[in-house]
Amino acid sequence: MKDDTPSAGTPRTVPVQSETWSNQVNAEIRRAAATGIYDIRGGGAKRKVPHFDDLLFLGASISRYPLEGYREKCETSVTLGTRFAKKPIELKIPVTIAGMSFGALSGPAKEALGRGATLAGTSTTTGDGGMTPEERGHSDKLVYQYLPSRYGMNPDDLRRADAIEIVVGQGAKPGGGGMLLGQKISDRVAEMRNLPKGIDQRSACRHPDWTGPDDLEIKILELREITAWEKPIYIKVGGARPYFDTTLAVKAGADVVVLDGMQGGTAATQDVFIEHVGQPILACIREAVRALEDLDMHREVQLIVSGGIRHGADVAKCMALGADAVAIGTGALIALGDNDPRWEGDYQKLGTTAGAYDDWHEGNDPAGITTQNPDLMARLDPLEGGRRLNNYLKVMTLEAQTIARACGKNHLHNLEPEDLCALTMEAAAMTHIPLAGTDWYPGKPGSTF
Amino acid sequence: MQTYDLEADGLRGLNASLHAQAQDTNQTAWEIVNPKGSHAIAVGLDAPIEVSVKGSTGYYCAGMNKQATIHVFGSAGPGVAENMMSGTVIVEGDASQCAGATGNGGTLIIKGNASSRCGISMKGIDIIVHGSIGHMSAFMAQSGNLVVCGDAGEALGDSLYEARLFVRGSVKSLGADCVEKEMRPEHLTLLAELLDRGGCDAKPEDFKRYGSARQLYNFNIDNAY
Repeated sequence: MKDDTPSAGTPRTVPVQSETWSNQVNAEIRRAAATGIYDIRGGGAKRKVPHFDDLLFLGASISRYPLEGYREKCETSVTLGTRFAKKPIELKIPVTIAGMSFGALSGPAKEALGRGATLAGTSTTTGDGGMTPEERGHSDKLVYQYLPSRYGMNPDDLRRADAIEIVVGQGAKPGGGGMLLGQKISDRVAEMRNLPKGIDQRSACRHPDWTGPDDLEIKILELREITAWEKPIYIKVGGARPYFDTTLAVKAGADVVVLDGMQGGTAATQDVFIEHVGQPILACIREAVRALEDLDMHREVQLIVSGGIRHGADVAKCMALGADAVAIGTGALIALGDNDPRWEGDYQKLGTTAGAYDDWHEGNDPAGITTQNPDLMARLDPLEGGRRLNNYLKVMTLEAQTIARACGKNHLHNLEPEDLCALTMEAAAMTHIPLAGTDWYPGKPGSTF
Repeated sequence: MQTYDLEADGLRGLNASLHAQAQDTNQTAWEIVNPKGSHAIAVGLDAPIEVSVKGSTGYYCAGMNKQATIHVFGSAGPGVAENMMSGTVIVEGDASQCAGATGNGGTLIIKGNASSRCGISMKGIDIIVHGSIGHMSAFMAQSGNLVVCGDAGEALGDSLYEARLFVRGSVKSLGADCVEKEMRPEHLTLLAELLDRGGCDAKPEDFKRYGSARQLYNFNIDNAY
């Protein structure tokens, strides 16, 4: 039948979704309005931020001499803790496993991390909640985190560790403490933390017995005295004020500075914290290196960077920007099986999908990693997990070596800023790497921009 | 009696000597002279020895102690007996902030007053203070006992877990989730033992008991402001 309405045939405005009031934003407003509680989740920042993809390696050319891809040596080893420690840590590869707690992760997951790291010749790290015997037993090199909560902290484990990492902050939540919700507080987790089973455990946001860098210097003295000056002492900071934090960490006596950008994960915190506090790791590295150079401490105090490091290219870019090593967390969990599509059916039941699952705090992880549920934990075979992690670490290292050889470098540490160009103005400004096709970056001395 | 002159012979030698003592050492009595406020004195000990410090100490004296008895004949700086696991630490004078912080066990006796954050995050230690304590004491205290014969400052027991707090004098204010609780017979018995252990001339009946209301144990948005 013919449409006789006056508007028939008149072009209409296509419905336009707002960039500001996107479906995601609106859905979150509706969720907040319905529940009255902010969103808590695990992981790191999901928003798009300037990252290592905004840098490229130039490779060799007439003016640069490459190394043969498979024949010529490209060293990957790194020694951490050479400043004061009597027993620095020597690693075969510059990719370490970041601190993740038993409690946030299952026992088998921690064991798998230890196994994989050991096979690859690198270190793994404890987390809030202390050191488990399995973790110590399966980790050739184990870094012991010294956290504000001091859950499970004791001098015996301090001495059993290969290094001590004083956690001041982490990239996902600089200025924030931790939380482990009651669903994950099993008998064992509760006992290790000396708290009742089933309660939501809060971890303090600052240390209980020191408040500033002068105090921290004395705290480090105490730790060194207790451990006979043998252990390297790391200080971990979130990506907040990397120049000043690095300067103060060095002043306080750190052997190693660990710098974690906002893409670095957490077991659980508020989404608004993860997405709106802290800087991307890309913006932090050169500032930290500048601090070390200003103190004439670059390479004497080693720099480990973390937050969104996925593959060997990211590793190589960190090295080129001046880091001595990197730490991975999320990538390691994915290697173990986190967010694997094989569990898609279970993810759907939880109202999510593989790749997006981040309710790690609820303890229902289909992959059996971020859980204390025995049935789910059994899904992760620590031997197989360790093998997969080792493979992943090996591939990352091979990829980084491939790039380093292409740049004519016989050690990953020989990569340098000059090997890079930036694809965006933002990346150029943050890293002081020239914009591709130019010899210029924003803020370059002599530049009018 | 072994005498160690800290000023002359240095901190490293002191702690190394004390760490070298075996469980069955016959060098059980040590005297440290000239501490002069030095930091990290007698830290990380793990033997049943008795250490007398003849003077005042700086930060973290007796930190992470196990088994040893450490007696400070003076005042102690911040973090005395922090994270103690077992043993006994006695301070004849006053203690600065964070006394007994995160302690897991053992007994800390302070004959004078203790400053702010006494017993912060305590995890099983018993702290007995003859005098008064400062603000934010027993913040996030998890377990153990804090006995205060004098007064307590502001925000006592903020975000408290299962630690028991006994105060004889006034409490300027209680922190979030800390409430006064009934003093039952078992608490009087416990307190009597603690007072006796601490050498306090005080009656259990004169004290009030404070503990967690347990309203912050599980996340509730109404507690977030």
